[in-house]
Amino acid sequence: MGKRVLITGLGAFWGGRAALALEKDPDVEMIVGLDTIEPKVELERTEYVRADQSYSILARIVEATQVDTILHTFLEMDSTRMSGRKLHEINVIGTMNLLAAAGAPGSSVRHIIVKSSTLVYGANQSDPAWFREEMTRTAPPRTRVERSIIEVEGYLRDFADDNPHVVVSLLRFSNVLGTDITTALSRALEMPLVPSILGFDPQVQFTEEDDVIRTIEFVMANRIPGIFNVAGDGKLPWSEVVSICGKRRLPLTPVGTGTVAALLDLVRAIDLPPEVLDLLRYGRGVDNRRLKRAGFQYHYTSAGAVESFVRASRLRKTVGNSRPEYHYERDVENFFRHSPAVVREHE
Amino acid sequence: MPSMPAKRVAERTTGAALVPLPRVTNEAEPVDPRIGDVDEWGRSEHIRELARMLYEPLYKYWFRAEWEGLEKIPDNGGALLVANHAAAIPSDAPVIMHGIEKELGRAVYGMADHFFKGIPVVGTLWSRGGGVAADPENAYRLLREQKQLALVFPEGSKGPGKTYGERYQLRRFGRGGFVEIAMRSGVPIVPIAVVGAEESMPILAKNATLAKMFGLPYFPLTANVLAFGPLLGGLLYFPAKFKLRVLDPVYFDVPADQERYSKSMVMDEADQIRIRIQDALYDMLRKRTSVWFG
Repeated sequence: MGKRVLITGLGAFWGGRAALALEKDPDVEMIVGLDTIEPKVELERTEYVRADQSYSILARIVEATQVDTILHTFLEMDSTRMSGRKLHEINVIGTMNLLAAAGAPGSSVRHIIVKSSTLVYGANQSDPAWFREEMTRTAPPRTRVERSIIEVEGYLRDFADDNPHVVVSLLRFSNVLGTDITTALSRALEMPLVPSILGFDPQVQFTEEDDVIRTIEFVMANRIPGIFNVAGDGKLPWSEVVSICGKRRLPLTPVGTGTVAALLDLVRAIDLPPEVLDLLRYGRGVDNRRLKRAGFQYHYTSAGAVESFVRASRLRKTVGNSRPEYHYERDVENFFRHSPAVVREHE
Repeated sequence: MPSMPAKRVAERTTGAALVPLPRVTNEAEPVDPRIGDVDEWGRSEHIRELARMLYEPLYKYWFRAEWEGLEKIPDNGGALLVANHAAAIPSDAPVIMHGIEKELGRAVYGMADHFFKGIPVVGTLWSRGGGVAADPENAYRLLREQKQLALVFPEGSKGPGKTYGERYQLRRFGRGGFVEIAMRSGVPIVPIAVVGAEESMPILAKNATLAKMFGLPYFPLTANVLAFGPLLGGLLYFPAKFKLRVLDPVYFDVPADQERYSKSMVMDEADQIRIRIQDALYDMLRKRTSVWFG
């Protein structure tokens, strides 16, 4: 009997990508995905359930489907996408409900994988060059997204203590670049002049989006418990990132950077939230060796992730979005999955 | 944050309980399309080379730096270089780094307060030139894992913040953190006594209110400012003769990678190193006939 997996955030980028990857895995017997919005990728066998953002129906779904693995991708790390309040609701309340359902008496859940972020470490003046998993940030969080992730990780730690029979894998991803994902940083790198902060050239790290999915598959297949930093090897200065992209920098003033950024947002040029400005000032490095010791091999270094992003954005510039948009039609999806008229090979 | 327990085998619904081992594959290392030479600490050999070229005349003709016992610095393997610290804008760090890189051909990472990282332009240049934030984690990685040379000034900002009347009187060597780092990293400490830096930019007076206002560790009035005016005097050193003496390395008879080291032993070792540098300074000053000619 294979794994029965529940994915949160199926309609968002990572949930969709993870579901696509898991559908190919013969060890995964059943996938059910939750979201407030419909999936944006074409899925073959994943069952989509519409849920409100705090997942109040989750306990019922877990009981009904008897899932043994939960992949929690629905944590919003990009504060440019929504208000701080909504982000907090999604991250903190969503995770609380998720863990309550997973830890309910008689729950079938045996493995929880959470897609967290290296934002938990922040980016501060007094940071060490490399953060290991057991280290804490050096200054208190200033932004809502950082506070919410720290809260989420706290709940998860309590859950792991209270439920020793459940494997808990907490993955902290560094900034992701790749062929398809859009983040505040990728938008910055696609501008004609890339914002930077005058007099600062911080060292940054990236994970390629394929490596993100491969990490999730890796910890799921091997049921590896613990906290792991996920980031490509090496760090590179922001100036070099911009050079690899074939761009030039537009330096913002080092004093009053927040105000300048607010002006840029006001004229709809780009939204650079405080956590991104911190990164552009101080940079961040996380030690990725614990995951490597567990046996994971990266396909991309930090610079490799930048290059992968550049190639994809060159292609986009020439031919537009090469991936066709997909629109979810409930009736069609239900027909293919459940109609007796459809011949299903695996049965 | 404490990590979760390392191993936790959960029973599966099938009863097949074992955790499968990760597959062992021999994949090729991923390609790394870097175009610059900035290393993980922010140091760039290109920029160091340029800095050495520009600094060489200052080193050779202005300060006329003269070394004694340079052979005591190991050719390979990690070592923690420890020196006395002086001058309003410390002139000793560049001299030591330049001298060792030139004579031994080994990179030296100069460890200094996180303070520098926050200054625009200066922080970036400092980092490209081999400056690293003085953090125990950074020092351990440099010394233990990468077997590099790291330079620290245990007096911190109290060294350069001395007034002229207190010259060559070593301040407290912190809380001995540098000794603990060397012990944990399993590397020797190489003490270096520096004469000349104190006279290159002596502090005549300090103002605590101004220091607070600008967020600086001290706000000095230097003799250079009086001599050369406020602009030039802020940058131009007096041509004091530099003499540097490398003392015998200190090896610690304790295993590396311990969680904790006896605080009394650490403090004791730190104090002994301080005394040895202080004694060497007195000896060098006794033999010095002129501040400008040595």
